[in-house]
Amino acid sequence: MEFSSITETLKTIRSKKISVEELSKIFIKRIKDNKNLNAFIYFNEENIIEKSREIDKLNNNLFLKGIPLAIKDLFCTKNMPTTAGSKILSNFHPTYESFVTQKLLNQGSVFVGKANCDEFAMGSSTTTSFFGNTINPASPQGKQLVPGGSSGGSAAAVAAKLCLGATGTDTGGSIRQPASFCGVVGMKPTYGLCSRWGIVAFASSLDQAGIFANSIEDASILMKEIAGYDSNDSTSAKTIIPDYYKNLNRDVRGKIIGVPKEYTLPGISDEINTVWEDAIKLFEKGGAKIKKISLPHTKYALPTYYIIAPAEASSNLARYDGVKYGFRSNEKNSLDEMYELTRSEGFGKEVKRRILIGTYVLSAGYYDAYYLKAQKVRKLIADDFTIAFKDCDFILTPTTPSQAFQIGEKEEDPIKMYLNDIFTVPASLAGIPGISVPFGKSKEQLPLGIQLLSKHFDEQTILNAGFYLEKNNE
Amino acid sequence: MKIDKNTTLKIAKLCRLRIEEQETEELSSQLSSILDWVEKLNEVDTDNVEPLSNVSTAKLPLRKDEENSEDKSKDILTNAPEKLENYFVVPKVVE
Amino acid sequence: MNNLIKGTKFEWETIIGLEIHAQVKSNSKLFSSSSTKFGSKPNSQVSLFDAAMPGMLPVINEFCIKQAIKTGIGLKAKINHYSVFDRKNYFYADLPQGYQISQYKHPIVGEGVVTIDFSNGESKDIRIVRLHLEQDAGKSLHDQNPAKTYVDLNRSGVALMEIVSEPDLRSAEEAALYITKLRSILMYLDVCDGNMQEGSLRADVNISVRKPGENYGTRCEIKNLNSIKFIKQAIEFEAKRQIGILEEEGEIEQNTLLFDSLIGKTRPMRNKEEAHDYRYFPDPDLLPLEIEDNLIQSLVKEIPELPDERKKRYINDFHLSNYDSSVLTSEKQTSDYFDKVLEVHNDLKGSAKLVANWITSELFAILKKHSLDILQSPISPEHLGSLIKLISSDKISGKIAKEVFEEMFQSKESPEKIVKEKDLIQVTDTKEIEVIIEKILNDNQDKVKDFKEGKTKLLGFFVGQAMKESKGKANPKKLNQILLNKLK
Repeated sequence: MEFSSITETLKTIRSKKISVEELSKIFIKRIKDNKNLNAFIYFNEENIIEKSREIDKLNNNLFLKGIPLAIKDLFCTKNMPTTAGSKILSNFHPTYESFVTQKLLNQGSVFVGKANCDEFAMGSSTTTSFFGNTINPASPQGKQLVPGGSSGGSAAAVAAKLCLGATGTDTGGSIRQPASFCGVVGMKPTYGLCSRWGIVAFASSLDQAGIFANSIEDASILMKEIAGYDSNDSTSAKTIIPDYYKNLNRDVRGKIIGVPKEYTLPGISDEINTVWEDAIKLFEKGGAKIKKISLPHTKYALPTYYIIAPAEASSNLARYDGVKYGFRSNEKNSLDEMYELTRSEGFGKEVKRRILIGTYVLSAGYYDAYYLKAQKVRKLIADDFTIAFKDCDFILTPTTPSQAFQIGEKEEDPIKMYLNDIFTVPASLAGIPGISVPFGKSKEQLPLGIQLLSKHFDEQTILNAGFYLEKNNE
Repeated sequence: MKIDKNTTLKIAKLCRLRIEEQETEELSSQLSSILDWVEKLNEVDTDNVEPLSNVSTAKLPLRKDEENSEDKSKDILTNAPEKLENYFVVPKVVE
Repeated sequence: MNNLIKGTKFEWETIIGLEIHAQVKSNSKLFSSSSTKFGSKPNSQVSLFDAAMPGMLPVINEFCIKQAIKTGIGLKAKINHYSVFDRKNYFYADLPQGYQISQYKHPIVGEGVVTIDFSNGESKDIRIVRLHLEQDAGKSLHDQNPAKTYVDLNRSGVALMEIVSEPDLRSAEEAALYITKLRSILMYLDVCDGNMQEGSLRADVNISVRKPGENYGTRCEIKNLNSIKFIKQAIEFEAKRQIGILEEEGEIEQNTLLFDSLIGKTRPMRNKEEAHDYRYFPDPDLLPLEIEDNLIQSLVKEIPELPDERKKRYINDFHLSNYDSSVLTSEKQTSDYFDKVLEVHNDLKGSAKLVANWITSELFAILKKHSLDILQSPISPEHLGSLIKLISSDKISGKIAKEVFEEMFQSKESPEKIVKEKDLIQVTDTKEIEVIIEKILNDNQDKVKDFKEGKTKLLGFFVGQAMKESKGKANPKKLNQILLNKLK
């Protein structure tokens, strides 16, 4: 398909073979033709065209001139509402632009819409959004599969070529898992590499902005543009951002690849392990060495995450109270009643569940047993990686324990849904970067993904490894 | 850890959520399962481990004491569900 | 000092601890750069962060940290090299985030002490438990509308220092002395403007009673007192209330109370059915605060002379009494004024007590009459010193001086100028006085005869007449002396 990569499209725009306005019209048609996917919460044709006309007048040197991007509806955007997939923010119009999206605008990109997501980024299926489910474009005839979550709308939009890239956020796997389910590249950078300013907060010590793209080259370009220090974010890292795209290199000779034994789990279908082994063999063919490593606390990662993330979320979501912005319940006899009804009507089931868990684990008498304990185990998990990276350059694992499942499946038991994140959560707890690269296919010919993890601020290594993997994924 | 109805209601009050009668049982059960599941952490020996509250090893950044005296009240109030003459308006609080 | 209260059946000891909230004097708020000015249009000093907009993040004000460290030094307290900011979670209309950023387990300052001085010369050390930094909340207006509350977030996010004392106080008077001294220290350090009416300094009082020698009783907390008068009244009322209950063999319910200043009584705050569970946890948007020794040392150098040291200096260098020194040093601006008088007029150092008296009696009185504080005094320290020198050098009499003083207040002129213009210079010249006396005695020869025959009370008459004749300028001592001579 034409206009399926950022690198190619940039060339075409710069050579004036097509105007930004004309390009946008192509993507507008694609979006309208694929309304059934429900990838977007907000889509406004006139605004896109108006913006495109402005961008046409801008400097050709802009790194993303005219490139259509979908923005996960967790990023506050000035010209489009920001809902976080929730009723409680369904009418919220920020008067400010998030740091990351401003950077993308500065480089001339065109935002084609706000992408659907699980409510407040809490989910692995994009089935908890107030604005309905997003459907995985890879769904076979007659079936509706989840795109994964929470950044399911972004992943689906990129996979269906409704845009050339998208932003997402990843707290426990919310970029990597949907990337794997939809068959696109999805990257979560090191914690602190990208600013969280202007992103609706879910779990502050875990949230990171990241990107989706159709290729490693495109991913490298986008990653470079969103990364960078922000003095308004006290957890932002003061570090020099390499030119990931220029530095791309497929040579994996001599690289040592860690394969953690704890990621081999009973009950995971064979196809996952097969794809994992195929990737290992492919790297070996390229001259890399495989090292069996141990990340001994892996099995404690999910419980640790499901204490820490809800705890932080319960506090971060306290501001949604109907006072300053957003939805307010009509019944309001007293302040407390207003709070209770607003929040009960405004939040969905999963969000409420997590707020309750989070409140419980922080409450008097339970803090030490749950939250403090989880913080300690988190340290052990992070140390596991630090020790492992002494012996290897990057780590290779499957991204997800299965192919995309059907919408409606796994709904009865929250824990079943949480298990989707089993391979992605450890890296989030340690704050290290991770990328999912589409690789192989399931027995039902659905996309699968391979996850690459590297040490802090070493995004280049896994982009390079992904570059190699991509080339050889035939 | 068995979470009973009363505990669920107590926690709900703390975080200002109203749980309907018909929801309490299912919710209490789900919360109990989740808490049972996370109690797996008790298997881990963390006696001499420091809690990790920040993955960042940086120092707390400091800001200069320069005031921004711009009046942003229009922006601040523009999304307010109820306002009057530059105030946010909420149902009466009885002290 | 016996602070026991006599009940109907027993004697009772009052146990008091204070939690003071002092607004940090700074240009911008603790975690955002909005202005901290008082009294602006509602919600005009509110940033996106202060209004808890989605995605907003805190960045700490370096100056507020320094102010807190300086306060710790002034309280002779331990400065903690490692401290953490925690979220204190609860819901209220003036708390937009649904949590307050505060410090829980690791405050910036540890144990310290404040010494209070009694008028009888005794002192008592009140121990400080800790000082921590936290955000102030916004303001809720409840009385504008029967069904609604109006919220102004201007104050939301202003830096507060919470200073917690041990329950070492034993009376309303001690509590008043403590908060006065603490306020004074804060103002000397220039870390807080001490303006209680504007809410720059507020106190929560923890109070319980017990029979002497027994364990601490159940305490109640009286919140948000913003005047020393109310603090005293509230303590006195609450102590009596608790004693009343215990003497009837009742139990004290642990409660959070408000003081209704109109009726002078405490009452419980609205429904406290659930005790607050604040679910403190370290704020993940902030990293721990690490303070180096060299920062602390550099701030030690910036500490000005504090009340206790200044008082010692006045006693040692100027031989002022303990009492006078206390009065002068209780407010920095007063002792600054005193110091300035002596700085400009070096030669008055020997008459420091005279200077002190003029300030604490005459100057204070006239300022109070016109509702001014000493910073607004129309009489400058230089001019006051000059006036005192005119008296000491006999250039004007004490009585004339008071007139000149009033005129100085009205016109802001120097005493020399006023004395010259009004021709008030004291007459001390013997010959001149003799001339006046001669005249008076001549004009009143019958009275002179009466005086010489025994009516010695007439001396007063002659003095009065002579004074009148001299338009009050005659030096009284000399006048008396010469008059007596002449009447022999």
